[in-house]
Amino acid sequence: MPEQRRSEPSRRRFIGYLVAAPTLAVGVTWTLTSPDSAEAVLPTPPQPSDVFDLGDLQNLAAAPTSGLISVQVNEDGTASFALHRCEVGQGITTTVAMMIAEELDLPVERVTVTLADARPELLMNQLTGGSNSVRSIFTPVRTAAAIARQRLVRTAAARWGVPEDEVSTKDGSVHAGERSTSYGELAVAAAADRTVQVSATLKSADDFTVLGRPHNRIDALAAVTGRKAFGMDLSVPNALPCMVRRPPTINGTVRAVRNMAEVEAMPGITDVAVITYGVAVRGETFGQCIDGLRALDVDWNPGPVAGESDDTVLAKLKKAQLPLAVPALGALSVDAEFTFAFASNAPLEPDNAIADVRSDRAEIWSTLKVPIDAQEDIARQLGLPIDKVVVHVVPGGGSFGRHLFHDVAAEAAEISQKMGKPVKLSWSRTDHFRQGRAHPMSVSRVRATYALGNVLTYEQRHTSTETSFSHGLGEMITSSVAELPIAGNLSFAEGIFLLSQTVPYNFGVVTQLLNEIPLKFNTGSMRNIYSPNVVTARELVVDMLAAKMRKDPVAFRRSFLRDDRLRAVLDKAAEVGQWGRAMPKGTAQGIALAGEYRGACAVLVEIDCTPATVNRVVEGGVTGPRVTKATIVVDAGLPLNPRGIEAQMIGCLNDGIALALTSSLHIRDGIPLEGSWSNYFYTRQWNTPPSVEVVVLPASTGEPSGIGELGVAPAFAAVACAYARVTGTVPRSFPINHGTLSFEPFPLEPSTPQSPTDGLDHTF
Amino acid sequence: MPQHTFVLNGSPVTVEVADDVRLLWVLRDILGVTGPKYGCGINVCKACTSHINGKAFNPCSVPVSKLKPTDEITTIEGLPATVDRDLHPMQEAWLEEDVAQCGYCQPGQIMAAVALVHKVRAEGREITDDDLDGLRNICRCGTYSRIRTAIRKGEGRM
Repeated sequence: MPEQRRSEPSRRRFIGYLVAAPTLAVGVTWTLTSPDSAEAVLPTPPQPSDVFDLGDLQNLAAAPTSGLISVQVNEDGTASFALHRCEVGQGITTTVAMMIAEELDLPVERVTVTLADARPELLMNQLTGGSNSVRSIFTPVRTAAAIARQRLVRTAAARWGVPEDEVSTKDGSVHAGERSTSYGELAVAAAADRTVQVSATLKSADDFTVLGRPHNRIDALAAVTGRKAFGMDLSVPNALPCMVRRPPTINGTVRAVRNMAEVEAMPGITDVAVITYGVAVRGETFGQCIDGLRALDVDWNPGPVAGESDDTVLAKLKKAQLPLAVPALGALSVDAEFTFAFASNAPLEPDNAIADVRSDRAEIWSTLKVPIDAQEDIARQLGLPIDKVVVHVVPGGGSFGRHLFHDVAAEAAEISQKMGKPVKLSWSRTDHFRQGRAHPMSVSRVRATYALGNVLTYEQRHTSTETSFSHGLGEMITSSVAELPIAGNLSFAEGIFLLSQTVPYNFGVVTQLLNEIPLKFNTGSMRNIYSPNVVTARELVVDMLAAKMRKDPVAFRRSFLRDDRLRAVLDKAAEVGQWGRAMPKGTAQGIALAGEYRGACAVLVEIDCTPATVNRVVEGGVTGPRVTKATIVVDAGLPLNPRGIEAQMIGCLNDGIALALTSSLHIRDGIPLEGSWSNYFYTRQWNTPPSVEVVVLPASTGEPSGIGELGVAPAFAAVACAYARVTGTVPRSFPINHGTLSFEPFPLEPSTPQSPTDGLDHTF
Repeated sequence: MPQHTFVLNGSPVTVEVADDVRLLWVLRDILGVTGPKYGCGINVCKACTSHINGKAFNPCSVPVSKLKPTDEITTIEGLPATVDRDLHPMQEAWLEEDVAQCGYCQPGQIMAAVALVHKVRAEGREITDDDLDGLRNICRCGTYSRIRTAIRKGEGRM
């Protein structure tokens, strides 16, 4: 029986399996993702990330593993897919639904995408990070949908006794002449009674009718009606609210609790238990848990960084800087050093998890980007076999790197085991900032030399407090390290750094090196990992070089860029954002670019530093300079959902503005002073640009790039460059307001502040 | 245990709980109304924004004992019924602009937006950029510019 879907013999066929199931089910493996193109260009890489970036590494590590992921067609005419990735706002479920709809000829509205439980057989294929999801899912998921469609066609052809090539599909129905029937009618008949291998061809991008067109999110209705269920909204029998009294230094431990019984007897409180990093309180409501944890009288042992503050960390970083190789050439060099403060990757939804631990099994619900790692660790911690720990992945209210770690899920499991009862654990907002993961402080030193209109050398030494990658990605890189186009004994962090960082300019001899110091803060990747800081330092130096060489910043970048896609986004941003237009006194433009995840992005901003703007007053907020206009141009390779890409770019922009101007953690005596959104100044309405334009360029390649993080670095850099231009001084420390503490810190004890009672005095 | 009665999304409810438990936890943990979200518990993030007698407020900062039996509490779940429709025009505007990313803050954003429109109407004017700048609800996904567009669109339809 011919299996060719469209008569184009040159097109690659992809293999999947009809899986024995009650209704039609098609499974595919990850062997479909082998990065042919990357392997083909490996031999002479000018810089590792040019040819083989982090996403390629993830694809390569994914390739040898088995474990099927499957698309099912149901009797109600819908298709369903349990995605082995986590939805945290980036829109992955929508893009995957579009992929399935495209190949299955089914309206997107009839595709249901849920999040798969932890599936150990998928090995490291169940990891959401590195802007790699769409890139790694694109081919396998479409293949499964294409095979399903092919099977429906075949089933209808057999039923009607007509040749397959007379059968077509549209909007969830199969047609032949006057006859038609819905997918739902065929779902059972098309099911396989044993698992068999089949193959199909995929649509070419030119034939796409769903992918490549703007589509709104599939979970938008649930979000705007309040029906979208996050972890804390789930109802698990007897999983009562739980919160933790935490130490006054990061990862401090309990020495003694003086009044356990007294707190256990408080209204609504059911249990109190000492845990690794605090004292857990379970009760009828979270409010009563807050009352309980505040009433606890606890003696603490200091944590491992109890003696550290911003200035001690900075001194250690400066000591650990790797040397620059090229001597400074006086007037013919640019020498600059930039400091980037600790920053919090806290999403708006506080970390939470439900755990129901019994003597012989456990069940966990949490937002987890590496659920297999969570399952393995929690099983080990509880002393249970891995297959007795079920881990459900819950959509998250943001992530920004936080949910790569399962700290809260492991803690919920510990508490449930100690109390012998199910718990619904939430960290308080203050816990989130003070004890949660942070993007570490770093120092980037750059020296560039030039002569006769050429840049001869560019050296960057990035020194950072250790970034934890303990979430399991490590196994991937160690298992794949032989494949890397880099030599020597690189640490894992150095590997990630080299794979993600590049200097896209023809700057002669280029070196970028990372050194990390091992301080035991709770760190982790934040959206775009090293790039926001590394790229901002680089783009500021590019502007400094342009000024020294008396060139316009856009013209300078154009002439030195060695990448056509970056040049295209730069040109478009300059055009749409009207680069060089006359700006009023106290305002200026800034432009920057970055390429990563096989995509390219340029951002042009206008900043207002007039006294009237800088000194405007917002009660309980910080104001300062305001970005008034932003133009973001993105080349997403093959853009799959322009609406979603635009949304990610807007988010990246607001992250970049915050990193440049307002948001940081101040470490003092082993703990951040920040304890709330009124201390940690993420961009707010009064700081966001009133005018934002995103341009998604038409397809430039045949493969989608990663887009969830791509815009953070160029946005941060563009704001920094604009600020340098308007003030005439290149800022050396970010965010620019870090030197001023703009709030009164909450007390360290008790660890969570009490809720106010005057809410009715603040209505509008 | 003290009893507290108020009107929730059009229907009277009575709960038994200590006087000082904040309304957010009464709604979420006792009544199972989970549209209002916990983002800070100290009236900063505004993720729990709901309405009391038609005005925006934050239940995380109101002890349940402060409510009167006649007080009408509206959460995102009850918003469409206030205009006798399946979706409030502000929710429709939100959908058209595809505002939500993670969605966690959006019920609170919508409730704040509706209250803002009512407020400026009562003042006999339309929403300005300054009004939008004054909205305090945090969106950590940074959807602010789409929120601004949606609010103006929703205002036009209310």
